Amino acid sequence: MSISVEQLAKEFEPLAVKEMVQLPPAIVPKPAPAPKPAAPAAATAAPKSATPAEGASIAAKPAAAPAAPSVSAPVPAATPAPKPAAAVAPKPAAPVVPAAPPPPPPKPVQIWKFEEKGLHLEVTVESTKVVEAAQLLDTHGFAIDAVTGMDWPKQELLEVIYDFLHFESGMRVAYRARIARNDPKIATISKVFPGADWHERETHDFFGINFVGHRDLSPFMLPDDATYHPLLKDFKA
Amino acid sequence: MNIPPLTPVGDPANETFTINLGPQHPATHGVLRVKLEMDGEFIKNAQPVPGYIHRMHEKMGENRTWAQFLPNTSRIDYLSAMTYTHAFVGAVEKAAKLEVPIRAEYIRVITSELNRISSHLVGWGAWIMDLGGFTPILYAFDDREKILDMLEEVTGSRLTYCYYRFGGVCDDVDEKFIRSAQEFVPYMRKRLEMYKKLVTGNIIFRKRVEGIGPISAEMCRKYGACGPVLRGSGVKYDVRRAEPYSIYNQFDFEIPVYNECDSMARYLVRMDEIEQSCRIIEQACAKIPEGPIQGKVPRVLKLPVGDTCFATECGRGRFLVRVTSDGGENPYRVRLRTPCFTNLTLFEEASEGMMLADALSLMASLDLVIPDIDR
Repeated sequence: MSISVEQLAKEFEPLAVKEMVQLPPAIVPKPAPAPKPAAPAAATAAPKSATPAEGASIAAKPAAAPAAPSVSAPVPAATPAPKPAAAVAPKPAAPVVPAAPPPPPPKPVQIWKFEEKGLHLEVTVESTKVVEAAQLLDTHGFAIDAVTGMDWPKQELLEVIYDFLHFESGMRVAYRARIARNDPKIATISKVFPGADWHERETHDFFGINFVGHRDLSPFMLPDDATYHPLLKDFKA
Repeated sequence: MNIPPLTPVGDPANETFTINLGPQHPATHGVLRVKLEMDGEFIKNAQPVPGYIHRMHEKMGENRTWAQFLPNTSRIDYLSAMTYTHAFVGAVEKAAKLEVPIRAEYIRVITSELNRISSHLVGWGAWIMDLGGFTPILYAFDDREKILDMLEEVTGSRLTYCYYRFGGVCDDVDEKFIRSAQEFVPYMRKRLEMYKKLVTGNIIFRKRVEGIGPISAEMCRKYGACGPVLRGSGVKYDVRRAEPYSIYNQFDFEIPVYNECDSMARYLVRMDEIEQSCRIIEQACAKIPEGPIQGKVPRVLKLPVGDTCFATECGRGRFLVRVTSDGGENPYRVRLRTPCFTNLTLFEEASEGMMLADALSLMASLDLVIPDIDR
């Protein structure tokens, strides 16, 4: 009776977002590890050559300059210049080798290896279709595991993450929906899975996400008079 | 003399009243409040109100490094701290792709299973005490003491262990520990026999649990119930088998399942699990290899960008850790999905229409640990 991961992924296709921005993109500019070690190496090389930066710059373009300032500079400058260059060269070579290629950005419907992620299937669904997604998993006999949120202040987004598991096959499925951070509204799935009731209430507590149609979003874990949402990244205690 | 008739406030036949069970009440095993709307002796609606000892562990996770957060995880369910640290350690190891030496895995299994037995013993003793029998908890604590002594010797703590490390365990076990674990197994089996004579067959106990607090398998699915509650409803689900972690797939043990769906079924599941844990300890002690106990771990641990989930089977059920990293030294988000939280969500529906005394039997059968709900 249990469904295969591929089959389920296909059924999720119409609910998934068409294209998605990878989160967190703050990390994306980083994966250029090669120039990074070279830059500090050059910086250390510059102060080392006792006669200041002049010498290095002259050595860099030897053809253009040599005749004019020839008297003192050229001979000593030429000799220290190749030294730091030779010392620098092997340095960047070492860290470059272990740097693995950045993993491909996840797709809206992503099948994972369970051993790597602890998940079989992860889907980013349209924020208007979370209830349909819950119903889809309900018809396939999945059980609710957890509902939680995630804050991405730089992207002005909040994410709601729904975890599910299957008792017989042990399959783990998660789907997530993104909503605007300044007006966080999403439909409740507690009508489909009553177990989501508390999870959503807790998520409202921590992130201020408004689950439309939820029966009671009063403070749950937090004090009764709480107006703050502690898991937002800009929350300061 | 004419006595004036009482002025009826409402319909006396349908009058309800609200009472508070807790937050300070021995039957709630901690600081949990249950708002009860009672129709005479029957519960019309029972609303658990958790949060009295909420500590915001998830926020704490965001402002300290991966290693610094590790001791926090053993404070969530203090009765089965080993399995909780195992889940967090496992999640980090999975994300960072750290190797764990095989001896460390064996040590983890032995200590986890010992911890599970001690956790079930407390649950067992406290449950019977809720129902009015004071003797069993003394026996339970006597046996538990033996386990705590054993674990204290290797971990240095008696309750909130922080023994597992990323990539291994912090200290090796010696021959003495293995021997005492091996000696404990036959001892525990003898005690289980005695427990069965003392409690399981006891007519007063059985009248309080048999047929009380039915929780169907469908209800478990809708609410995400887990652990002995789920297995007492006839669902053969155990994280150690469904999402095998550590080296559990190398051991021969059974998942106890009962189809009665009542409190008695949940009781029997726990008793059988003690026996199954004994079996695992027996096999692990016989097979434990020599070797290193700690794998290679970078001094500054940074996890690759993305989410990783890791679940373990704790004394009370499935504990899921969902860690998110943005590539920094601190976690970006740590989600802790705890078994008592989800098991308590179904209390409102399950207790409807029950007598108050029976509802307490149902609540005791969920084996709640309040810090586990509140986190």
